[in-house]
Amino acid sequence: MISAAVFADQIAMYNPEVNDFAAMLQAPSLDHIFGTDEFGRDIYSRIVHGARTAMLVGFTAAICGSTLGLLVGVTSAYFGGWVDITVQRVIDVLIAFPSIILALAIVIILGRGVGPVIVAITIPLIPNCARVVRSSALAIREIPYVDAARAMGFGHARIVLRHISPNIMAPYLIMLTTFLGQAILAEASLSYLGLGVQEPTPAWGLMLKSGAEEYAESAPWAVIFPGVAISLAVFGFNLFGDAMRDVLDPKLRDR
Amino acid sequence: MYKYAIKRILLMIPTLIGAGLLVFMLMRMIPGDVCEIRLGGTGLMVDKEQIEICRDSLGLNQSMAKQFYDFAVGIATLEFGDSMWTGRPVTEEIAIRFQLTLQIAIMATLTAVIIALPFGVISAIKQNTWMDYCIRVFSIAGIATPSFWLGIMIILGLLIASQHLFGEPWMMPIEYTPIWEDPLANLSQTIWPAVAVGYRYAAVVVRMTRSAMLEVLREDYVRTARAKGLFEKVIINQHALKNALLPVITLVGIEFAFLIGGLVVTEQVFNLNGLGKLFVDAVLDHDFTLTQALVMMVVAVFVVVNLLVDLIYAWVDPRIHYS
Repeated sequence: MISAAVFADQIAMYNPEVNDFAAMLQAPSLDHIFGTDEFGRDIYSRIVHGARTAMLVGFTAAICGSTLGLLVGVTSAYFGGWVDITVQRVIDVLIAFPSIILALAIVIILGRGVGPVIVAITIPLIPNCARVVRSSALAIREIPYVDAARAMGFGHARIVLRHISPNIMAPYLIMLTTFLGQAILAEASLSYLGLGVQEPTPAWGLMLKSGAEEYAESAPWAVIFPGVAISLAVFGFNLFGDAMRDVLDPKLRDR
Repeated sequence: MYKYAIKRILLMIPTLIGAGLLVFMLMRMIPGDVCEIRLGGTGLMVDKEQIEICRDSLGLNQSMAKQFYDFAVGIATLEFGDSMWTGRPVTEEIAIRFQLTLQIAIMATLTAVIIALPFGVISAIKQNTWMDYCIRVFSIAGIATPSFWLGIMIILGLLIASQHLFGEPWMMPIEYTPIWEDPLANLSQTIWPAVAVGYRYAAVVVRMTRSAMLEVLREDYVRTARAKGLFEKVIINQHALKNALLPVITLVGIEFAFLIGGLVVTEQVFNLNGLGKLFVDAVLDHDFTLTQALVMMVVAVFVVVNLLVDLIYAWVDPRIHYS
């Protein structure tokens, strides 16, 4: 999938954004192996280029969500007291808040397009990572080397970033890989609702929206292939996440 | 235990206040308002004076502090007000849709539990066999498949199958019929979204059941039970499953609470007029009162279910003592 995104220009057979009204809703054939959509665009080429959108949104949202979650979680655990209590209450609110509505409001406020979609997907991911990371950071905080760093006069930022955070890489990486699949699914959902990436940019959720509404019965290939692409991508990332968890979580090594 | 329960109940208050503040601010940050959409929606030139009259009547010209105060007092006294878009009481708007969403959430939960428990247990007992691998693929695929796409595939499958079997395509009814009025019409509409959502839900529960069972099966008391010569069936049902069910109950509770406000895209696919669709319409229409009430309801359901799950957990499992 990463290869498809990187080499999309070489792998794709047609320009994914150019309409061809002489080839509308054609069934899969040698010319168009996944068929064409209602504008005559090659579905295979749009899926290959759609991988770029999925990768861009998926990786950016997952990395930003888990990194910000790491910083929030470690800071909350490190300072403790009222900082921890306040941060935990904010996290409670964000976790309880319906994420699709939060994403919807953010997209409407910031406008439609890839950037706002990434922000809309990232924000609900932060509290989930922060909560997991905080519990690990609470244990690390009690280890003597943190006291030693403090005794040596290091600042809070240095202790948080250089001494505690690197020791919480296992839960961080596990959350990051879990978020990849979630972010791709969220992007597809938002695009399907018409609130994500906009036409003519190729995006899998958007392809389902246009294909599903009117042509599902007469041109089922327009809805089958983009859905398969989403499922396979998320399936792959989930397997990767599971493998990562098995390697990094000592409790799961025997399972 | 009582102290913990009281502390948890008190902690719900800041969460609810925070959620109220967040939805209040988010809605006011969205450009435009309900009056502009309602009056400008006809495409005609709208008199600014009319928009101002509309804003005055809905209280949108009041200061933010006054608007938030009214909203907070309304929530505290359970007076949610009228929808800014339809003018009907918010409780009425929600009640009509709640029935449908609740029914699908219950049916999806039943589907998930019926599939997930046996699959999760078999997967754990037959660890690293072909059955385990098949069930694991089934569950990872369930998490990877978007529910809304599965919904589209179900609709497509029904259309094609009915065309072949009966000569004409069959579509599920669009109008909601309560189950006590016509169970067949009701189920023919609700079973499909329940299956579409239930598959993902089942996949999540299978993984948790498998993981919890594997942990419990390695416990000393299971080894003791085996050493006593008990039948494997008794060990699984009486000793292992009962204890492994605790995290599963937690997960089922949390997923159920999520479904009350999280069926947005699936409802869109099946053209269902449930809470998810109401949510999207309310946000897009800038209907502040309705969106605020919906968010508060979903957040309240979420925190109450979480609290109940935690308390049940502590009550059922003697090893857990909250302080």
